[in-house]
Amino acid sequence: MIAEIVVSVLLVLGGFFGLVGSYGLVKLPDPMTRLHAPTKSATLGVGAVLIASLIWFPARHGVLTWHELLITLFLFLTAPVTGYFIAKAHMHLGWSRDELPRPAPGKDWATFCDPDKASLVDRRAGD
Amino acid sequence: MIRRLFPHPWLSVTLVLVWMLLVNRWAVGSLVFATIIGVVVPLITAPYWPGPHGYSKPHKIPAYLAVVLWDIAKANFTVARIVLFMPRRALQPAWIAVPLDLRRPEAITALAATITLTPGTVSCDLSEDGRALLVHAMHAPEPEAVLDEIKTRYEARLKEIFE
Repeated sequence: MIAEIVVSVLLVLGGFFGLVGSYGLVKLPDPMTRLHAPTKSATLGVGAVLIASLIWFPARHGVLTWHELLITLFLFLTAPVTGYFIAKAHMHLGWSRDELPRPAPGKDWATFCDPDKASLVDRRAGD
Repeated sequence: MIRRLFPHPWLSVTLVLVWMLLVNRWAVGSLVFATIIGVVVPLITAPYWPGPHGYSKPHKIPAYLAVVLWDIAKANFTVARIVLFMPRRALQPAWIAVPLDLRRPEAITALAATITLTPGTVSCDLSEDGRALLVHAMHAPEPEAVLDEIKTRYEARLKEIFE
């Protein structure tokens, strides 16, 4: 009974945050701000559903599953990478270099750099 | 010898744990296979992990994860409030250049991921020399405050863990 109430609350919460994330996609004014709504609200939305699942199966069927933890882990590993790629693509399409702050005078962001230049990692290894 | 066989002990432990969780039921056979993966994968990927590795203070990782998870939960409410109630015109997005004290690629990656997952900020790019991160804030009336939070709340802790 208690488990059912907790699971229901979590599912409603998850649905709510999923909805807010989708609504944010429509409402926010430009691609960069739109990127924020799904990466954030969706994490708690999915998280709530996963915790609900983590409680439901042991309570109902008596089997403990760990897959939900792995889904959380993989989600947290992949969400930033997706955001990173979308941001980079958008920086090339929608922004000029002068609109962005410079990392340091005379320096530039990696995405605007000459691709033939030695990368950060290559130089590290050479040190 | 041990160091040669396990160039990344933490990676090995993580791989074994993840494999066991994927299998999702206890069996010795799975543990054997998990151990093989835990040994072989770090050996094969060793060339892609240049420079020093390991952590200087691994016992601080759980506290850091707790802080980040708590902030993610908070971030969701903040972003939900902005999405639902803030009129479009009141929104003040900002680009912020964050100068980095961290030098190790692993630490910078962890910081970039943290920034993307927490309150209203997304990390977008690294500078060509790896000394600064470009961060986009969804609503930042005071960009300095955001910068300050990133530096003190996350970067300082990561620096302790990694360097």
